Amino acid sequence: MNNFSYIKVSDAKQAIAELNGDIRNKAVAGGTNINDLLKYFVTKADKLVDINPIQEFNSIIRLDDGGVRLGALHTNADTAYDPIIEERYPLLSKAILAGASAQIRNMATNGGNLMQRTRCYYFYDISTPCNKRDPGSGCSAISGYNRIHAILGQSENCIAVFPSDMCVALAALNAQVNISGPNGERKLPFANFHRLPSETPHLDNNLIHGEVITSIDLPAEGFAENYSYLKLRDRSSYSFALVSVASAFELEQGTIKNARIALGGVAHKPWRVLEAEDFLKQKEPTRENFSQAAKIILNGAFGYEHNNFKIELAHRAIIRNCLMALYPESQRPGAKPSR
Amino acid sequence: MTKLPSIGKPISRLEGRLKVTGIAKYAGEYQAPGLLYGYVVNSTITKGTIKIIDTADAKALEGVIEIFTHENRPSTAWFDFQYADMDAPPGTVFKPLKDNEIKYNGQPIALVVADTFEMARYAATQIKLAYVEEKFETDLESNIDKARKPKKGMASMLKPPPPKPAGDFEKAYESSFVQSSGEFKHGTEHHNPMEMFATTVIYEGKNRLKIYDKTQGTVNSQMYVANVFGLKMKNVQVIAPFVGGAFGSGLRPQYQLFMAVMASLALKRNVRVTLDRAQMFTFGHRPTTLQYAKFGADEKGKLNAVYHKAIGETSQFEDYTEIVVNWAGMLYPAENTLLEHRLVPLDVYSPLDMRAPGGSTGMHAVEVTMDDLAYKLNIDPVEFRLINYAEKDKSSGKEYSSKELRKCYLQAAAKFGWEKRSPEPRSMKRGNKLVGYGMATGIWDANRILARAQAIMTSDGKVEIKSAVTDIGTGTITIMTQIASDELGLPLEDITFSFADSSMPFAPIQGGSFTTATVGSAVQVACRALNKELFKKAKRDKDSGLADAAFEDAVFSDGFIFLKNSAEVKYSVQEIFAANGGKEIKTTNSSMPNPLTYGKKIKLVHSAVFVEVEVDEELGIIEVTRAVTAVAAGKIINPKTAESQILGGMIWGISKALHEETILDNQFGKYMNTNLAEYHIPVHADIHDLDVVFVEEEDDFVNDLGVKGVGEIGVVGMPPAITNAIFHATGKRINNLPIHFDKLL
Repeated sequence: MNNFSYIKVSDAKQAIAELNGDIRNKAVAGGTNINDLLKYFVTKADKLVDINPIQEFNSIIRLDDGGVRLGALHTNADTAYDPIIEERYPLLSKAILAGASAQIRNMATNGGNLMQRTRCYYFYDISTPCNKRDPGSGCSAISGYNRIHAILGQSENCIAVFPSDMCVALAALNAQVNISGPNGERKLPFANFHRLPSETPHLDNNLIHGEVITSIDLPAEGFAENYSYLKLRDRSSYSFALVSVASAFELEQGTIKNARIALGGVAHKPWRVLEAEDFLKQKEPTRENFSQAAKIILNGAFGYEHNNFKIELAHRAIIRNCLMALYPESQRPGAKPSR
Repeated sequence: MTKLPSIGKPISRLEGRLKVTGIAKYAGEYQAPGLLYGYVVNSTITKGTIKIIDTADAKALEGVIEIFTHENRPSTAWFDFQYADMDAPPGTVFKPLKDNEIKYNGQPIALVVADTFEMARYAATQIKLAYVEEKFETDLESNIDKARKPKKGMASMLKPPPPKPAGDFEKAYESSFVQSSGEFKHGTEHHNPMEMFATTVIYEGKNRLKIYDKTQGTVNSQMYVANVFGLKMKNVQVIAPFVGGAFGSGLRPQYQLFMAVMASLALKRNVRVTLDRAQMFTFGHRPTTLQYAKFGADEKGKLNAVYHKAIGETSQFEDYTEIVVNWAGMLYPAENTLLEHRLVPLDVYSPLDMRAPGGSTGMHAVEVTMDDLAYKLNIDPVEFRLINYAEKDKSSGKEYSSKELRKCYLQAAAKFGWEKRSPEPRSMKRGNKLVGYGMATGIWDANRILARAQAIMTSDGKVEIKSAVTDIGTGTITIMTQIASDELGLPLEDITFSFADSSMPFAPIQGGSFTTATVGSAVQVACRALNKELFKKAKRDKDSGLADAAFEDAVFSDGFIFLKNSAEVKYSVQEIFAANGGKEIKTTNSSMPNPLTYGKKIKLVHSAVFVEVEVDEELGIIEVTRAVTAVAAGKIINPKTAESQILGGMIWGISKALHEETILDNQFGKYMNTNLAEYHIPVHADIHDLDVVFVEEEDDFVNDLGVKGVGEIGVVGMPPAITNAIFHATGKRINNLPIHFDKLL
């Protein structure tokens, strides 16, 4: 049997100590992805460190600067339905509820959401080449069935996309990831947490082995007035985004004071282009301006045999979702397009 | 008196409570002493040979009992025909572990048997394999030049080849007032019932097995096991009391049955083999099919030229066929028809009947082409169907046994509100959504074949009915009990339907929408025979008042025999039991259609389907907001279970039109989305208002019950109706299924 040890830890220090050393020491929280990866033999573990009992990671607290701290072990469901999140960060709430299924969200944790791996078919099928799973073996998706794959930031080594919805909202909200490790604590701006595949597609993010995510901080500005999350996919629930968009605006007397636009389902990480957001500042929230912003965001996008449509779809989705953000009440469950 | 008839009443499933409380046991859930667990190893190449299969390390693991491969498997039957099951297409049946040849990706190549499932599964990963790979072909479109006529065989009886050409299609088409031609395609689909395929074999001593199998035919599995392993039929008992969906996948014995029996016989132990979800993609499937349709009509809308050609994939070893192109001829009275069906053998497993096989494929092309013609003629699509309404089947020259399709069109159209449709595409809007109305016709066979049934009355006046038939979730248990109840004049509670055991009277595989007609007729005959037996015995009692009566005048009710024309006679069956010492009374009967007359008429089920879609104009997102299906399927025994069949079919139709496909990667010759996260079927949020109407249809020709079967018809018309609604909404004809919303951008 592929034996591994399993240990429950009750504080961060213990977790870090147990994870230290072998790369096959893995942390498990909700288990909604790593259990699959273990069963498919995509990931192998010698030691599973169950971090669920760590109380300090399981809370939502208000911060002195007006922001909110999301515990890494707080579940996606509890986060999405938390009154503070619903009221002040509805974009995050909507994005979480657009993901997975009710059952999975009840198990999945916030830290785990950041750590989930791509859903590329070839990554999960250990009989096919995949640079992410087996560096140097090649990318099967580039010449394969690549409907769900990347159009931005991909490399010739990997065209996988990062599948999270929650993280698209976290990127748009300028969240910060708090990390604890053998060398103490550190913080990463959300934009620097996930990586592009480049030459190292086996690395999804900048967490160093032995570190754990302790919490995620949301800044005070939650864009609760003008926000929208739109998710486009092949069925209405329980499927990953082909394209998703998080849009949030601060409006002042009919002009845009502050804009945030992040895309999901198109790249190896949530995709944000600050130039596009800067372009929208002090502009009217019009279809034309949103279209211009979409062009800036999608600059350099390119697709493959089965996913070329994503470029035009993303362009339209950005426009539509930015318009929907002007009327947040037009949002429908499941982050469907407005009526 | 018991309230009868129960036929026609919406009785809830008699086994429903067992299922929802988890008491109902499935094939992979039976426990047995010292049960061993098998896990199947599948090839990771598509074509070639196994050069090395080294099981030493795996076998050395603690808890591993044996590993079977082509190198050490016990010998099994020699001849091809011994492997042939009731649903085997012409060709050579696939034989697991026969030799080192790999014919398709995912082929079972070894069975690991261990004392736990987990150990068997882990050991399977420790087998060292080396292959010699060969070039393979899995892509239908790039092999179209290899298309050829299918071979004929036993299966051709229920799946006749297309009729011969009639008239002169080319000439008629060229001179048609309007023409429509189109190419259609759908990809591979896998059945994916919730319950995985599993077999638990109980070793009952030398050469005697009790087998719990997931199957749609207990006798089919019994026959396969007996033939392949050289056992006597009576020593092989196959039981399948509950089946968690099958949809055709259980019409043939699957490889877990072979593996489990082989291991059990070799090890003389109880063995279970369960497939996992990915392995559910390593056997039969709905074949990828290309279709070409060319229809022509005159200025009045009369269809005069019909060409329909289908090219489907099959394996290299069997010629799987389905009826794809025969339907237009049975539905529309065109003078000039050319119908062709071709196969392309590829390096895949043999396709297998999947709910409405062929019909749901072919009618997609037929009804989309009809829709296109209606637009070109500027005739309402319903009106166009009525103009071309056949009162007689032109393709065979035979009468219909019954056909209330006209009522289906009219009743469904009224219920749907078809009159609110504005004909022009893109002319109906709701907010930022384009609204489309589409309709289509559905058609399916109403077949009946041979079955047997037994009725046993015990001295308490209760009756047990026995049949080897399964209930694959369709409501068979309930329906058979209702049929027996009405025939015997007993309340449902007094009747037990015993089923799904190969030691019971013969029933064929449960498929083709023929179970109610086939097994129901046998149950009816057995019950009538029981009544005759009771009547005969009653007549012997001089005081019964029945001595001079004829059976036709007897009325059976609540354990009494009455006479139609005599209020005085009331004879208790208890008196019969009192006279015979309480001995049970048993009748066993066969029932099959009269071969002299049965073929004289054509027997079909029909439906009319109306669908509303909303398409987001900017983003292409499609929602099926409403659908109405009206069905003419003869007598409906149980409107509740029948409605469930139609609803399930309609949802499957939505799936087929918009979601469902097995993704084949031709680089590797393998399927890539072999799990239910990536193999998309609709979720609740995709399903909106669905309505079912059963149209009155009397048919005294099909069988005495007047039933036709509703298992398949619900699927057939939905994909074309949705495709047509999308055209009405957007002005775009998307003929490849499933329709991905990005095609509407």
